[in-house]
Amino acid sequence: MINNLKILFHQGKQYIPDVTTIEIPGVFRGLPIISNEKVDVNALEELCPTKAITINPLQIDLGKCTFCGECSMAFPKKITFTKDYKIASNSREALIVKQGVESPIKLNPESIRKEISDYFSGSLKLRQVCAGGDGSCELELGACGNVNFDMGRYGIEFVASPRHADGIVITGPITKGMAEPLQICYDAIPEPKIIILAGTDAISGGIFADSPALNRHFLETHTIDLYVPGNPIHPLTFINGVLELIRNRK
Amino acid sequence: MNAIVIKNNQQIPFDSIPTLEYNKFLEYNTALLQNEDCHCVNYYGIAVQENVKLICCIANDKDATILLSSSLVGLETPLECFAQHHLAFEKFEREIHENFGIPFLNHPWLKPVRYPFNASNKNNTIANYPFFKIESEELHEVGVGPIHAGIIEPGHFRFLCNGEQILHLEIQLGYQHRGIETLFLQKKKLIERHTLAENISGDSVVGHTTAFANLWESLCNVETTEQAHFERTLALELERIAVHTGDLSGMCTDVAYQLGSAVYGRLRTPIINFFQLWCGNRIAKGLIRSGYSNFPFTNELGEKLKTVLEAFETDFEEISKATFAAPTVLGRLEKTGIITNQVGKNIGLVGMAARMTNINRDIRSSHPYHLYSTILHQPILKHHGDAYSRARIKYREIQQSITYIKTLLNAIPSHNTTKIEMPKPTPNAFILSMIEGWRGEICHCAITNAQGELVHYKIKDPSFHNWLAMALAVRNNEISDFPISNKSFNLSYAGHDL
Ligand code: SF4
Repeated sequence: MINNLKILFHQGKQYIPDVTTIEIPGVFRGLPIISNEKVDVNALEELCPTKAITINPLQIDLGKCTFCGECSMAFPKKITFTKDYKIASNSREALIVKQGVESPIKLNPESIRKEISDYFSGSLKLRQVCAGGDGSCELELGACGNVNFDMGRYGIEFVASPRHADGIVITGPITKGMAEPLQICYDAIPEPKIIILAGTDAISGGIFADSPALNRHFLETHTIDLYVPGNPIHPLTFINGVLELIRNRK
Repeated sequence: MNAIVIKNNQQIPFDSIPTLEYNKFLEYNTALLQNEDCHCVNYYGIAVQENVKLICCIANDKDATILLSSSLVGLETPLECFAQHHLAFEKFEREIHENFGIPFLNHPWLKPVRYPFNASNKNNTIANYPFFKIESEELHEVGVGPIHAGIIEPGHFRFLCNGEQILHLEIQLGYQHRGIETLFLQKKKLIERHTLAENISGDSVVGHTTAFANLWESLCNVETTEQAHFERTLALELERIAVHTGDLSGMCTDVAYQLGSAVYGRLRTPIINFFQLWCGNRIAKGLIRSGYSNFPFTNELGEKLKTVLEAFETDFEEISKATFAAPTVLGRLEKTGIITNQVGKNIGLVGMAARMTNINRDIRSSHPYHLYSTILHQPILKHHGDAYSRARIKYREIQQSITYIKTLLNAIPSHNTTKIEMPKPTPNAFILSMIEGWRGEICHCAITNAQGELVHYKIKDPSFHNWLAMALAVRNNEISDFPISNKSFNLSYAGHDL
């Protein structure tokens, strides 16, 4: 017993006191900024592995970006990645970062359904479905609940049964094999319910976007409440995105 | 000559692989496996016009060689299977059957492996997998998945139970199939292929990307730099520490040892945060590139890592002492999920799962690459083959990795970010690249055509060998102990399904 208490004591304080304001130490590729510098835009477009960069006008789609950083390393004056991890949004459009525009990514309060803040602002139980995810977003979603990020303090938790859930968090590009299980799981969640897409693969298919092994039909037939970019998502991106979603009132 | 002998990461002309008549091919390769120093690292087929070329890669772990042989067979001619002589070929032949339809005779079960989008038989669907069944009044079936209770990848487990006791478990995979091997050919840019390699299995990003980077450099006749050797070795050992620590946390969770669960869980954080500090990504995506390095390992990073590891070690040893002395933990881990040495050899286990049952199999020592030839790695072996052995291996391998990293940090090579233009790959070549990831051996093979374009890419994750061990390990266990076995093996679904 004494030993256990000692171990506990030795851990010190591990939790992040305020996950909405903490700065990420070290290198982190969050929200990019595209300057007005003149560069060979065709070369820039060409080097991106996931066609996240398009030209005329030049923009980066964070729903497709894998945050590999190759573009900013090749054109450091043109593209810089800031450490801003608050890059989730309820609008797919908002994930597109345009040249010369330096504004943070936000949720559009107008399009947040009223039930979300009515029912979920103090407690949100989520069912995670991995549909072809490589396991990295899943690791990070798991980390959201660990002693460091401690998402549970906001009443946000992952649960085992869809019957106990208020929403679904999808990772992976949605393989053919997972299309039906995903639908069954979603249907088993009681109304009202939300859908969150976590990670580049889920949002756009990522590097797998043109694979013949996918079936992304589910996304065409349902409304998405939150897009969380990243490859994998950073726990802070996820937690802040969800908090904004459930606490935002019109 | 029955086979051509190559070394790890060596490219050879594709047509220098001897083509044997099938019966000779079968006899030769199954005889090789009678030697305990040999194991099958890859066996697969490629379409050659209307036929299939079977390529078998057997590693001899004693003399650091790989023996390659091949055979050209038709699509419809029934063939005697390898698996009846050695079970280790079982999964490989199922894959060949699934991809091309070749009927193998006397195979224990030619069931689907991963339902690839380009399977030969389109009538096989993931919803109608032919599970083994027993007609009985006393026994019952338990189906779990594809979606599991936790935040993990999908797969279906079908148990046949007698009350609480598991008699049989069959594991059906394939839900994660993303067509990666085909995408490797479709996507022509190097950066796209790096990105694919990084997304094969999210817990082995360094492992798979390193296997690809080594393969590509060798195929393009570019010498791997000192810096790359150093960075890749270091990253591989860091990945091992991170995942093993996370696994120890998961195993503590599964035996309801809350303290261990929380402490190991938080100890993983500084290690993956170090990856973040180094390359901006906690899982090390973006770190490994063939031909260049975007994130050179500097002396400052070295100092930082030393501090991280020092702090880690004290707390890690403290919690490990408590965990491995706790009767509640030992009671659940000991004699749970046993794989005997003989079964392990029959299945052809690799990696940590092989070493926990006293099979000395570790690519770091048997087919060394990067700095492992100077490290002189000695694999850690355990004898009992149970969940306890797996936990202890993780514990001891973490200690070992820390020692290796400390030694590596004494000689950080000079570094730069110069990007060289990669030359075209050698035409008409075959290459095989192996590394030892934290889970076990990762093997990538590639073939190029006359223009030096990739025409075939084959990925083998260690999970491909080891899933069968999980199914066998839980026999006669209580079904409530299943999660412990599952976590202690921690096999990859995505790496298996590709
Ligand atoms: S960081 Fe994003 S936009 Fe830039 S090259 Fe990588 S994937 Fe493309």
